[in-house]
Amino acid sequence: MNELLKVSNLHASIGDKEILKGINLTIKPGEVHAIMGPNGSGKSTLSSVLAGNPTFTVTEGEVSFHGLDLLSLSPEDRSHEGLFLSFQYPVEIPGVSMVNFMRAAVNAKLKYFNKPPMPANEFLKLMREKRAIVELDNKLASRSVNEGFSGGEKKRNEIFQMAVLEPCLSILDETDSGLDIDALRIVAEGVNKLKTPDNATIVITHYQRLLDYIKPDVVHILYKGRIVYTGGPELALELEEKGYDWIKNQADNIGKEA
Amino acid sequence: MEQEVNDNSNLIDDVTGGEYKYGFTSDIDTDVIGRGLNEDVIRLISAKKGEPEWLLDYRLNAYRYWLTLTPPKWAHLNIPDIDFQDIIYYAAPKPKEGPKSLDEVDPELLKTFDRLGIPLEEQKQLSGMAVDAVMDSVSVKTTHRAKLAELGIVFCSFSEAVREHPELVKRYLGKVVSYKDNFYAALNSAVFSDGSFVYIPKGVRCPMELSTYFRINASGTGQFERTLIVADDDAYVSYLEGCTAPMRDENQLHAAIVEIIVENRAEVKYSTVQNWWAGDAQGRGGVYNFVTKRGLCRGVDSKLSWTQVETGSAITWKYPSCVLAGEGARGEFYSVAVTRHYQQADTGTKMIHLAPNTTSTIVSKGISAGHSENSYRGLVKVAPNATGCRNYTQCDSLLLGSHCGAHTFPYVDVMNDTAIVEHEATTSKISEDQLFYCNQRGIPTEEAVGLIVNGYAKEVMNKLPMEFAVEAQKLLSITLEGSVG
Repeated sequence: MNELLKVSNLHASIGDKEILKGINLTIKPGEVHAIMGPNGSGKSTLSSVLAGNPTFTVTEGEVSFHGLDLLSLSPEDRSHEGLFLSFQYPVEIPGVSMVNFMRAAVNAKLKYFNKPPMPANEFLKLMREKRAIVELDNKLASRSVNEGFSGGEKKRNEIFQMAVLEPCLSILDETDSGLDIDALRIVAEGVNKLKTPDNATIVITHYQRLLDYIKPDVVHILYKGRIVYTGGPELALELEEKGYDWIKNQADNIGKEA
Repeated sequence: MEQEVNDNSNLIDDVTGGEYKYGFTSDIDTDVIGRGLNEDVIRLISAKKGEPEWLLDYRLNAYRYWLTLTPPKWAHLNIPDIDFQDIIYYAAPKPKEGPKSLDEVDPELLKTFDRLGIPLEEQKQLSGMAVDAVMDSVSVKTTHRAKLAELGIVFCSFSEAVREHPELVKRYLGKVVSYKDNFYAALNSAVFSDGSFVYIPKGVRCPMELSTYFRINASGTGQFERTLIVADDDAYVSYLEGCTAPMRDENQLHAAIVEIIVENRAEVKYSTVQNWWAGDAQGRGGVYNFVTKRGLCRGVDSKLSWTQVETGSAITWKYPSCVLAGEGARGEFYSVAVTRHYQQADTGTKMIHLAPNTTSTIVSKGISAGHSENSYRGLVKVAPNATGCRNYTQCDSLLLGSHCGAHTFPYVDVMNDTAIVEHEATTSKISEDQLFYCNQRGIPTEEAVGLIVNGYAKEVMNKLPMEFAVEAQKLLSITLEGSVG
């Protein structure tokens, strides 16, 4: 089967500090991968680096994204090529309505593929359809981007944008943080509705909770900038039970031996 | 780290390198007088316009007073010395020879205004808007006049108003901005050439936007226009001015006066989209925009609202103000001022509360990029007898890059204890997080900056008449294409 994403020996730093120390990861279409790990292990850095956040510098390694050299693409081109990041802390953009923001996003993508902008009525219809997926009401869509949104609304808004842009690889960065149980259910159901045999999802989370709703095929444990353990869905349950200490001990011991 | 700084400044250069679409010159046969200023020049201007004696006297008095003044130095501006004897004070497109009707306008002129997006030909005119087109020192055409005249509305060039409605002009000229007001007001009063005159009679709501489009074309000239708007009891008018000039290495002086009188329960909305040539990236050339704009709300419950989008000019010095003299009068000032490259702007407003229960709102949004300096300067004054007055002021500054400056100079002078005066101010930069968020959604940085800036300025942009809001939004985006904080 084709690989959608292949990360090989990825190293990345912020300033002088190396955070990712050789990530290897392969994701195929239709798969859901969970990346778990204790605080500070590099989970959010991995998602930022894949999305092209200029705060981080890639020092080594390669990333192939459906055959493209991902690291050579600008953040916006990565987006056009189908990479979507649901932010842990979605940014507020005062005065810019969600409608205008999404129209700019949709039309930028069409332009990238040499297509004309979407007519206004067609666009509004698209917004209506996609809003329903995460039960986002009309008022929210006409408000400024994330401004005054509750934690739950922000995350629903992220999934709404994902629905509009129809990415082939979605990275959900701690989408469950700050969500109550109802919001968590709505967000997870949204993600599940958007799942197809052609796209894939990376779910970054601390907790098993989200994985009750979004079933992973593969679970990775990231620790100190490396994936130290990969297993099936049962791994997440095991972590929930035992905590991260056994993984930490194991990884640290291996480190010593090496 | 150094690399990063370089990248940033390159980006800012890109952003602020937006093209100026109006920098062309038109080849128009122009009647130009010699450089310099003296009483003979003033007499010549007055004679060319066929003015009555009282107006010539007004000009000469202003000129003599101007001679006693020196240019103001108090603004946060670095203004090079201006040689007032090296300026041409009158330039007018020559009427074409031949047996043509008076209404006919030089096709080259029509083409110029067409290019500026202001069609003047009868069949192409915008239906919701009447336009007075001013080229250099004279008005070349005013549209929709007959339709407006049916309602008793006078909308014509200032020169025509002097000929056809001398009693109105005489009654109101200089009553809001005296020639003794300041250096540039005195200069304008001496040499003003053309501009628009608007009179809305009692109880009439003007059914369309009135608009004056100012164009500097001739080189070496200054533009000194004069606008006078009178809204009689219960009248309403929305008025818009636009301005552009060719790209030139020289600095051109624009010193205008706008006077507005608002009677009982009348309302005037005055919007400006100022896009004079701002000079090049090195700060060469550009228009010096030294303007005195003031409205007198002398009627009970009268209302005056200024909205300005300032993107052009090398140096801007202007403070559209409201004198709230009628009980319950209301003044508003909404401003977006953008400076980039080496532009300098010192702009704001004065709200003078003279009568009880008068209210005012000030919303100022400054955006600075490049090496520019952008200052808000505003005065809120409440007179001793003016009870129950309110003012709300909000001053925001947005910085793009780290070589520009944003300054706020609020003056508050309250002589009555019952007044409520509020002032809020913020300074912000476009954050990397905002840009990355936009990028991740596929929106390129230049477009993202345009979106964010328009969002920042939205409160003010929303006050513009519909027809111009879209144009003004584009103008903001183009002006700042690519800026990053």
